[in-house]
Amino acid sequence: MKTTALTNTHIALGAKMVPFAGFNMPVQYEGVNIEHETVRQSVGVFDVSHMGEFLVEGPGALELVQYISSNDASTLTVGKAQYSCIPNDDNGIVDDLIVYRVKEDTYLLVVNASNIEKDWNWINSKNTFGATLRNISDDYSLLAIQGPKASEAMQSLTSIDLSGIKFYHFEIADFAGISNVIISATGYTGSGGFEIYCKNTEVQQIWDRVFEAGAEYGIKPIGLAARDTLRLEMGYSLYGNDIDDTTSPFEAGLGWIVKFTKSFNNSEALADLKAKPLQRKIVAFKMLDRGIPRQGYTIVDGSGNSIGTVTSGTMSPSLKYGIGLGYVTADFKAIDSEIYIQVRKKALKAKVVKLPFYKP
Amino acid sequence: MNIPAELKYTKDHEWVRIEGDVATVGITDFAQGELGDIVYVEVETLDETLDAEEVFGTVEAVKTVSDLFLPLSGEIVEFNESLEDEPEVVNSDPYGAGWMIKIKLSDASEVDGLMSADDYKALVGA
Repeated sequence: MKTTALTNTHIALGAKMVPFAGFNMPVQYEGVNIEHETVRQSVGVFDVSHMGEFLVEGPGALELVQYISSNDASTLTVGKAQYSCIPNDDNGIVDDLIVYRVKEDTYLLVVNASNIEKDWNWINSKNTFGATLRNISDDYSLLAIQGPKASEAMQSLTSIDLSGIKFYHFEIADFAGISNVIISATGYTGSGGFEIYCKNTEVQQIWDRVFEAGAEYGIKPIGLAARDTLRLEMGYSLYGNDIDDTTSPFEAGLGWIVKFTKSFNNSEALADLKAKPLQRKIVAFKMLDRGIPRQGYTIVDGSGNSIGTVTSGTMSPSLKYGIGLGYVTADFKAIDSEIYIQVRKKALKAKVVKLPFYKP
Repeated sequence: MNIPAELKYTKDHEWVRIEGDVATVGITDFAQGELGDIVYVEVETLDETLDAEEVFGTVEAVKTVSDLFLPLSGEIVEFNESLEDEPEVVNSDPYGAGWMIKIKLSDASEVDGLMSADDYKALVGA
């Protein structure tokens, strides 16, 4: 199993470690609820160094990024990032990712850990543009410092104005005594904060100084369990749960990152698909009856007929009721639709709601 | 890890306190730690008579759901209803306020098949 540069640090902190996407990762330290609450109210730190990072460089870099991704990377200026996805040839999704324009002709693609090899092979196979590709995943670490107090708590570690970095923008600057660190105003929690990209050899120093600086704010390490509850309260898709090789971006609610202002792999078929009515759609739902939806549970109508499947579900630590995402037939996609989640022997009532479930 | 010497245990990480022909059942300190923050304890078998090893309920943590297995055959005569509002006491006081059910035993001799505290310690490597 792979480790991150901080694996021993997590173990020393008493984290419960689990295998995730081939990495030995901390799933929780103190407990998922307290960790969740810490990010919602103050600031917490995730080691998400398992994520993959590819550099795309050279004169063909933009053309390659444009061809393999669905969002329009030509709108990125240096210092901006965008959420995007990699369409496959069958109207499904190879992966979702963030595209950073690091320099004029250099893009950083940040992909899911579980898809690093698949994405790497896919992107290389599409590189008829002469771009230079480098997989730097094994050399780089990623810390997500998330929460409403993140800027204030971390300001003493850098010479740049953290509160001045706009959402989905980044700067390359000094941080915690290390130079040339990417400080990105992105994250997977909805509570604001930063993601810090640095070399493996630098991450322990950064981790230590982040905890020193955050001490007076009650900063805590946060595990993957709370990462999942935080993202689900916002309704952010998780690859492998809510989106995969078989889900179209439109039924997945990701039509907003598919831009037909350019052509890209499978764009003609996707344009045709967009013109047709959806057969199924991902919806967000809250439980009205007491119970907790889980991935794989069947969604039924009032008569017990199957209308779909739950793709993500949890008890919401902020809201204290069950929430979930799932695909349903088009008849049930409207907000306020009454649906039922088959939890063991009972069909429990739920309601389709707007995202986010929770506004931090 | 807290493993009280006076209780009996199962391989499914439940504890049992025997008082006459009634057994009180909960999950162990080890189990609550593994499950994480418990948010729901569902027992819908009250007043039913079940065999040992049958599922009598479900415990849900934020991230996981686990079946609860009856450690001894008998009638489920009481459910700790305070868990409906405060399931988190299973985490904070697993052997006390976090008890789950009481069973009126069908066959007291089954008690001999339960594990001692020392056996359970060995099982969880404590």
